[in-house]
Amino acid sequence: MKLSRFTRAGLATFAACVVFFLIAPLLVILLFAFDASNVQTFPIHHWTTSWFSVAWHDPAVRSALWLSVKAGVLATAIALILGTMVAFGIHRYRFFGRDTVSLLLVLPIALPGIVTGLALQSAFNLVGIPFSIYTIVIGHATFCIVVVFNNVVARLRRTSTSLMEASADLGASPLQTFRLVTLPTISTAVIAGGLLAFALSFDEVIVTTFTAGAQNTLPLWIFGAIRLGQQLPEVNAVVVGVVLLTLIPIAFAARMSSGEGTGRSTRSSI
Amino acid sequence: MSDRGLRQRAGAALWRRPWLRGVLTLSPPLLWFLVIYLASLVVMLVTAFFTVNSLTGNVVYQWTWSNFSQILTQSVYGSIILRTLLMAIAVTITDILLALPFAFFLAKVVSRRWRQLLLGLLLMPLWASYLAKVYAWINILSNKGVLPGIESKLGIAPTHIAYTNIAMWIVFSYLWLPFMIVPIYGAFERVPDSLLEASSDLGAGSWITFRWVLLPMVLPGIVAGSIFTFSLTLGDFITPLLIGGSNSDFIGNAIYDSALNGGNLPFAAALAFVSIAIMAIYLLLARFAGAFEAL
Repeated sequence: MKLSRFTRAGLATFAACVVFFLIAPLLVILLFAFDASNVQTFPIHHWTTSWFSVAWHDPAVRSALWLSVKAGVLATAIALILGTMVAFGIHRYRFFGRDTVSLLLVLPIALPGIVTGLALQSAFNLVGIPFSIYTIVIGHATFCIVVVFNNVVARLRRTSTSLMEASADLGASPLQTFRLVTLPTISTAVIAGGLLAFALSFDEVIVTTFTAGAQNTLPLWIFGAIRLGQQLPEVNAVVVGVVLLTLIPIAFAARMSSGEGTGRSTRSSI
Repeated sequence: MSDRGLRQRAGAALWRRPWLRGVLTLSPPLLWFLVIYLASLVVMLVTAFFTVNSLTGNVVYQWTWSNFSQILTQSVYGSIILRTLLMAIAVTITDILLALPFAFFLAKVVSRRWRQLLLGLLLMPLWASYLAKVYAWINILSNKGVLPGIESKLGIAPTHIAYTNIAMWIVFSYLWLPFMIVPIYGAFERVPDSLLEASSDLGAGSWITFRWVLLPMVLPGIVAGSIFTFSLTLGDFITPLLIGGSNSDFIGNAIYDSALNGGNLPFAAALAFVSIAIMAIYLLLARFAGAFEAL
């Protein structure tokens, strides 16, 4: 598209402003984590790294972190298995209600998270299931399945089925074909989906609020601390840790699916 | 029969019956969704028609419309619903206005290398912890925060917008902007360049091309993004609690309060019913615009 030099410059300036708007708040978080003062004011006068060690040695933070990691790993495992299965099912077979199934998968993220949370709480309440790590995992897995599904189904759409047919023609059993042909072609998409699912679970607050009861995941600990206005310097350090812990798997996931066009991992991740 | 032979026979049997393979692969995930997710939704929707015994706090399983009539007649809920809806609309429009030129620039103007870099940068606000971003804005907007700090350095009168609806509007627009950029960028990326060349060969200026060729093609992306901005605003209670001031309750806060503080699950369920109804209307409209392929 031919654009005048004026339009191009205008667009570039606008884009630079949007990038600044998107990134600057993240830098603010990083900056305040090194603020020595107990009360956050700007500009920062004294610098320290001690809040990181305070946070790391806080037993409440530790147990919250541990619960978040455990719940994230379990939810990711369930999402990997069920998400991959449904991706194969939707991709390979034509059946009545196929569109309804795709719609059903998106529903937990298309409907407000609070709806999922409250629905699960109502059901747990009715059946008499007490809150535990498993109630958290059930909630997380439900909205993580679609992330894995999106990644795997996108890869399946791009791989031709003739590879699997050739494998069968050459005498491989379906299991052998799956292990030696199908799995290697989809493996990076599955791993990327799993990393995104873990990141999503690790950061989730809204559904967790309704399915955790008295337990604290790390986001719930952060929410409580900000709300009460207590331990704010520690919150700064924890928040930087959480952002890094989320962005590392995301960076890996983005690299793994980078061969398939930019933005793929993000588009399917939402 | 040997184990190997058995396996081969089972494999061959599956190979000859594709429907059986289909049922086996699809039933576990579908069972999860039916037994856990849909069943819970049904339980919640039915709970909305029950009440709570004010003395014991137990749910009274007796069919009644009282929760809904309370929502419809008490003006406080009317204004909460209206506030949530207006915010969702304002945030959606703001994000469309920011995302449209940015995504266009990203998909159709910059070089490949810059595009890779900018997409990488975009991943950070898209995936960085929600609470971290909200907390950053508390530090930016509060009276001794970054924004007033910079303003006083520059000799400008500091703005005091912390704990107002304007602060909520800024923070919500910030939080959901990446969720709007990504689907719109995807839609722009799918428009072939040859189409734009054809348009200009036929004498259309860049504005005409944008308005009549590009915009109709990215509309599904815009609608897909707006589903997220709408649904995320509708379900939020954390930003109103941490960023908004007094009188900033959203539907989410009302649900949170009655379910977790008030112990009134039926009333919370009735309120959730309202947000599901709003989203259902929105999704139906979106379906007409053909946005589901872009989700």
